[in-house]
Amino acid sequence: MSRDTLVSFDGVVKRFGSFVAVQKLDFEIRKGEFLAIMGSSGCGKTTTLRMLAGLEAPTEGVIKLSGKPINDLPTWSRDTPMVWQSLALFPFLNVRENVEFALKMRGVGKAERRRRAEQWLDRMQIAEFAERNISQLSGGQRQRVALARSLVVEPEILLLDEPLSALDAALKVRMQSVLKNLQRETGITFVYVTHSQSEAFSMADRVVIMSRGVIEQIGTPQEIYRTPGTRFVAEFLGSSNIFQGRLVPGDGGGAALDTPLGRFETGADATARLGTTATMTVLDTKTHLAAARPAHARNVLPVRMIGEEFVGATATIYLEAAGGQEIRVQKGHDELSDIPLEIGRELFVYWEPGDAHVISEA
Amino acid sequence: MSGAADMNRNRAVNWALLAYIFLAYAFVFAPIAASFVFSFNSDRFPSIPLGEFTLDWYRAVATDPLVWDGARNTLVVGVVVGIISTVMGFGAAYTDYRYRFAGKQVYLALALLPPTIPVIILGLAMLAYLSRINLSGNALSVIISHVVVCAPFAMAIVRLRLSQMDPALEPAAWNLGASEWMAMRHVIVPFCAPAIFGALFITMAVSFDEFAVAWFVSGLNETLPVKVLGFLQGQVSPRINAIGTFVFILSMTLVILAQLLLSGRSAKTADKE
Repeated sequence: MSRDTLVSFDGVVKRFGSFVAVQKLDFEIRKGEFLAIMGSSGCGKTTTLRMLAGLEAPTEGVIKLSGKPINDLPTWSRDTPMVWQSLALFPFLNVRENVEFALKMRGVGKAERRRRAEQWLDRMQIAEFAERNISQLSGGQRQRVALARSLVVEPEILLLDEPLSALDAALKVRMQSVLKNLQRETGITFVYVTHSQSEAFSMADRVVIMSRGVIEQIGTPQEIYRTPGTRFVAEFLGSSNIFQGRLVPGDGGGAALDTPLGRFETGADATARLGTTATMTVLDTKTHLAAARPAHARNVLPVRMIGEEFVGATATIYLEAAGGQEIRVQKGHDELSDIPLEIGRELFVYWEPGDAHVISEA
Repeated sequence: MSGAADMNRNRAVNWALLAYIFLAYAFVFAPIAASFVFSFNSDRFPSIPLGEFTLDWYRAVATDPLVWDGARNTLVVGVVVGIISTVMGFGAAYTDYRYRFAGKQVYLALALLPPTIPVIILGLAMLAYLSRINLSGNALSVIISHVVVCAPFAMAIVRLRLSQMDPALEPAAWNLGASEWMAMRHVIVPFCAPAIFGALFITMAVSFDEFAVAWFVSGLNETLPVKVLGFLQGQVSPRINAIGTFVFILSMTLVILAQLLLSGRSAKTADKE
């Protein structure tokens, strides 16, 4: 455990009856980082957060906060405030009273309480609503009240459980930058649980990807995007074309992958694993499209176009290789201007061996 | 009434429903209204045409010490029953809200059972039991019996309110540093406040009106409804109309207060969600 570790999970398991929500969790949260825990529903991400908050007790293992085990500490004795998915603002208190709540519970005097609440009301730009009822606020304003209510105790760590899920798309993006700036300015460690890739990748310093109670990968958004650690991660992110085959010696320096669709050069050094089955991913933005078979490319795959989708300046072209495997290509419109895009048209995709990533799992 | 302008509604059906509502209320309230009218009528027997307007019957009631005794008993019993029932009902409802345990269905069924028992049987059972432990025939026995009848109402009302609460609210309070007792005091009770006052008023009203069980167990400390029966058995007197009007207004006030509390506040919270 290094000096900048704030929280550590040590072999943490959580079972509900016979259902295993979290199995063998071993990871650390660093002081001052913005960590996102991402996964689909039921992957154990919320359970992980709730164990850290003290709302669920681990079945096995130890959770440490600042080096001290906190397994037996009741939630009200931990300084791990949480922003809830429903926000859970107190409807019978006004904005100021909501923000003061945690201070009141800690026995902070009235004048001091008011002063500290005022600071956070100002900081979150909700001072003008201080005397309003919660029911009179918009979604974005409530979000700010929830943040102020949790941060008023100036904790070392803030837990966020999908706090933006109820907001509309535009507000979501605005709140993301509010959160990111807040985290950078305060230096408070944020642990942010979400199922949304865009939220996790746009805000977090590091992302934990979970599936079925297991951590699939931990890394920076860049690392996870470029070099997914498992086939699950690649499929979950949905931004790579995935091929499976057997590793064989390649023509260049690296290994090649023998797949039912042909042999592809990878540029990866995999001498130790030659002969074994492996998964290869190629980002859809690094997969190129051509009308005629490109002469110089080393990895070419004939495909048939089956659909297209436009989002802003980029287009996603859906193609099908032999055997029905779907291939996606993502490009700007100008890059596609000289390619005849018609459904059913025979085209070719190709990519550089260096852009192929061989997943390190067996 | 936007009903008439609504093209998706049949006008004839609309009128028929309105008439139905009117008739239903007339059927329910006509006898009470008659009692109210005759309480101001100078004639000895209720008959039409009406005699002169008079407050004699109210005067007669107000100067009757027996009526005052009954009223005092009713009031004391009602207030005490209201408070005890509401506290017990709140505890029972919170237990149901907060905890999962084996036999919970049985717990709930038993907690909500008393109002479904025929009052004669309940009254008889209460009399038999309370006299065996030497508690029958006084105000305390009426209080005990009425709490048995009223607590389930209080529980049902508080339970409904708790079911409207965001399940994250209480853990959120703990998470912000409130112990379980502090969360109870600063979050659960304030959130349930409208239901708690509603339950208080409803249980008081139920106790004021309750006759059968009180008749069995009250002994010499008769409540007003029991007194009224006594009057009726002796003689038919318009004084009964006066008492009836008084009790009716008191009960309705409590029920309406409870309604305002319960519907007003919960409507506001429902808005928000």
